[in-house]
Amino acid sequence: MRYKIFIHAAAAFVAAVFLAPLAWLVIASVSEPRDLLARPLHWIPEHPTWSRYDAIANSDGSDVAGLFRQSMGNSVIVALGTVAVSMVIGVLGGYALARLRFRFRRSTMVAFLIAYMLPPIALLIPLYLVLTQLQLLDSKIGLIVVYTSFTTPFVLWIMTNQFLSLPVELEEAARVDGCSRLGALLRVVLPVARPGLFATMMFTFLMSWDEFLYALIFTATPEAKTVPVAIAEFTGRYSADFGLVAAGGVLATLPPVLLALAFQRYVVDGLAAASVKG
Amino acid sequence: MTDQLNRPAPPRAQETPVRPSRAGRGEARFALFLLLPAAFVVFGVVVYPVVRTLVTSVLDVDGPLDDSTPFVGVSNYVEALGDPGFWRAVWQTSYFSVTSIFFEVVFGVGIALLLNAPLRARWLFRAIVIVPWALPTIVSGAMWRYIFSGQYGALNAVLTQLGLMDEYRSWLGSDPFLALNMVMAADVWKNTSLVAFLLLAGLQNIPSDLYEAARIDGAGPIRSFFSITVPMLVPSIVIVLVLRTIDTVRIFDIVYIVTGGGPASGTQTVAFYTYVRAFSDQRLGYGSALSYLVTAVVLVLSVVYLRTLRKRGALL
Repeated sequence: MRYKIFIHAAAAFVAAVFLAPLAWLVIASVSEPRDLLARPLHWIPEHPTWSRYDAIANSDGSDVAGLFRQSMGNSVIVALGTVAVSMVIGVLGGYALARLRFRFRRSTMVAFLIAYMLPPIALLIPLYLVLTQLQLLDSKIGLIVVYTSFTTPFVLWIMTNQFLSLPVELEEAARVDGCSRLGALLRVVLPVARPGLFATMMFTFLMSWDEFLYALIFTATPEAKTVPVAIAEFTGRYSADFGLVAAGGVLATLPPVLLALAFQRYVVDGLAAASVKG
Repeated sequence: MTDQLNRPAPPRAQETPVRPSRAGRGEARFALFLLLPAAFVVFGVVVYPVVRTLVTSVLDVDGPLDDSTPFVGVSNYVEALGDPGFWRAVWQTSYFSVTSIFFEVVFGVGIALLLNAPLRARWLFRAIVIVPWALPTIVSGAMWRYIFSGQYGALNAVLTQLGLMDEYRSWLGSDPFLALNMVMAADVWKNTSLVAFLLLAGLQNIPSDLYEAARIDGAGPIRSFFSITVPMLVPSIVIVLVLRTIDTVRIFDIVYIVTGGGPASGTQTVAFYTYVRAFSDQRLGYGSALSYLVTAVVLVLSVVYLRTLRKRGALL
């Protein structure tokens, strides 16, 4: 009994530590500046205001709120584009690594793993030069290309494991029924691997949505700026108006958090599979 | 993702089921066909840039890279190794790594135990723990920057209203070491969730009959925690240590947004310092040399990680 009370109290404490700052973020986003600048601070706004959300939703695009709305759109396009490209490439490659036997298979896998581990700062300068040459600076396409570089090795790894965990008999039966190798992969294997595919897509989306350093260096105008870059600019320029940054932050948080909560089970299993299955 | 590039750990591969292959050559060709796009991406966007960085690092590049840039050999590296600003960033990064990972593991073990415990609203608790992990790093950083604000921050408000402090103080603006610790606190708040989930996997792999046997032998919960749980978690903890170390070496976002490297460069990490040198000072050659030094450290750590995996019977 005492143990039961203890674990519930501990869990409640942890939940409070995680939720309190976020609750403050939400409250600040609907508080007027004078409430946020007051001493003592007004924890509950006297007159909640939706003005900032309203501005982000309805501005004509030339002011800060408009820039933020555009950046949301850019982030969605970049994240979905990155998911699409790296999933196709990574699923095909993962299948090869899992099912086919060829020389240098192991070294290929190690090479991909090392590519995944490299710090972005190491690639930043040359990628900057490359994007300049290709005239892809400040474009969504350029960002998708760059993001694919770190998501592809990740997808490859996860999917290789996924395919290894499926019985070979699946494809063999399909081959006997006259499917080609590629046909067997598309028609038989992928439908069975659906949970893994969803989980991997979610992780890839989150990585792209979260990325900041490349986006900071490779974008310059509302044409390509992503949400993290827009928020960083808010904080720099409007350092007194926490409410505006908070509103942007709340909106930027919704897609990844809702995704992660919708696919909770995959998050837990995915992280487990991703590191330590001993 | 520095770190924050909050990437999940790469999974480990298992051994392929060996089966007789009649068409060895056809398989190899098909494999090549399937892997070509991935190889192309990794070569074009990873290998080529790495080599290119190496070339840039021995050139004195200020501005565009063309035929007129002089070759300066290893002088950029020599300068880096004698650069007090760089060493300061190295020290700050090391302190950040060791301290933040220590707290993340301690809190992470506790939260993993709670996630594994018979809580009444287990699903709700799990959902709450997922949130900081899924939160964009920049949003988390901006949030903490305002909470820590010296003039109207929520932290000052809480502490003064509770009577723990007499007057508002500056958390990020005056004392460099205090600011570094505040940035670290923000990082620990966000990444403890990830560590907890990684350790939860390890916890769930501990056979329950071990606990059963310990109970029969008369061990209490505390005794069995230290005699069973901790030793059985060691492999997972080692993996967490290596992965999080690799992550902290890349730390950039959180520093950029919370303090911008200040006060008095007190929160500059190696990745941030490299960025400042290369892009604010427009010294791409020197920046490349610095980034190579950082990469070397990450590669050493990656090798350690792979070895750890291999010891645990993975494919590699």
